[in-house]
Amino acid sequence: MSGVAIPLLLTLKVAFTATLAALVAGVAAGWLLARTRFPGREALDAVLLLPMVLPPTVIGYYLLVVLGTHGAIGAWLDTTFGVRLVFSWQGAAIAAAVVAFPLVFKAARTAFESVDPNLEKAGRSLGYAEWRVLARITLPLAWRGIAAGAMLAFARATGEFGATLMIAGNIPGRTQTLSIAIYEAVQAGDDALANSLVVLASITCIVLLVAAAAIVRRGHLRIVPV
Amino acid sequence: MRFDVDIRKRVTAAGRVFDLDVAFCADSERLALFGPSGAGKSLTLQILAGLVAPDEGFVRVDGRTWFDSKRRIDVPARARRIGYVFQDYALFPHRTVEQNVAAALVSPILGRLHGAARREVGDLLEALALARLSDSYPAQLSGGERQRVALGRALARRPSALMLDEPFSALDAPLRSRVRAELLALHERFAVPYVLITHDAEDLATCADAVVTLAGGRVVAQAAVAADAPASSSSATRGQSVGSRA
Repeated sequence: MSGVAIPLLLTLKVAFTATLAALVAGVAAGWLLARTRFPGREALDAVLLLPMVLPPTVIGYYLLVVLGTHGAIGAWLDTTFGVRLVFSWQGAAIAAAVVAFPLVFKAARTAFESVDPNLEKAGRSLGYAEWRVLARITLPLAWRGIAAGAMLAFARATGEFGATLMIAGNIPGRTQTLSIAIYEAVQAGDDALANSLVVLASITCIVLLVAAAAIVRRGHLRIVPV
Repeated sequence: MRFDVDIRKRVTAAGRVFDLDVAFCADSERLALFGPSGAGKSLTLQILAGLVAPDEGFVRVDGRTWFDSKRRIDVPARARRIGYVFQDYALFPHRTVEQNVAAALVSPILGRLHGAARREVGDLLEALALARLSDSYPAQLSGGERQRVALGRALARRPSALMLDEPFSALDAPLRSRVRAELLALHERFAVPYVLITHDAEDLATCADAVVTLAGGRVVAQAAVAADAPASSSSATRGQSVGSRA
């Protein structure tokens, strides 16, 4: 089973890292677009949603241009820290994070917009500083939508193929995630391996979707008791 | 409580522009902002409370400057010690009645309620006849109960003034007169001045000692309310001072 376990563990590591990054960036961007007004807001919204509509290979190409050893950020990382993202699991995680980001961002924006601004004003009139309004009013009320978005992002990151292949390649044990391993098993005619990988990937996705649905059905999260 | 207000604010909603240009002086413990809907009453009250920033002008209350665009002063809402009661009450839907009333008193990070504050919340729940509902959520309450929770939440921070946006409009007629009496009782008991918004002339006679009448974003009249007499709104020039308690 080790032929199955290694790509699965790598996939989970990549997907968890990617989801965490997409969650932080998506919640921040979602809050910004939901609660502030500035020129070009809707244009920024469209740009941030681009990774959802662009072909993953296009995103992978952009990432190579920026993060590759000759890219603007890639060259700087290489010379300053000796870090190379190309052909590394971190590169795969960045690719998955970019592709999954719009799912968290969209869900977070909708969730923040559904919180009545008067509830936040009520908090301010009760003496709450802005961080307290966010922590005790806005986030607890928007939490469910954000969590559902994060679940979808995790599922999307788990299945990432195109952009990951472009930037991280297909190195067994290092960057070969489940979906890439399946592709290679089929190419090599190893039907038994392909079958077990496909079943594993399907079960992982079904479990995630059921968990996401359960979280959405549940009541509001109470982060801290009064 | 002495109000010295001169504010301008332009708001654009759904492509329509609304210009608020309000100036008045009033010395009143029970001030009413009166006028038809769309007159700018809520916007004015939110500006007084610091929940909305005006484009320019000043707000001075009891000699303290809360907002002054020329002097770049804008005291945040949390520092104005206003108990604000929203028209739809804006109760926290994820918190119980007790947690809502305690909201201003809980510790900032862990949200705990300490000894003296706990007693205070208990007293407020008792005073507002909410004790048996303390574990209910806002969605489970009637309109009158929700309003009492909103009042309790606002009073808990020992505000220097209450600001009430249409406190009676969501209530049916029999309840309305009872709630008016309750508001006056709270005003006496907690010795807290209030500013309320209404479009109902009956509220003026019972609940206000001074009236600022708004229409179309402007002050059209100011008057003191004579005791036990209907509001006599004399047309007054902008910025004229009215008061019943000097």
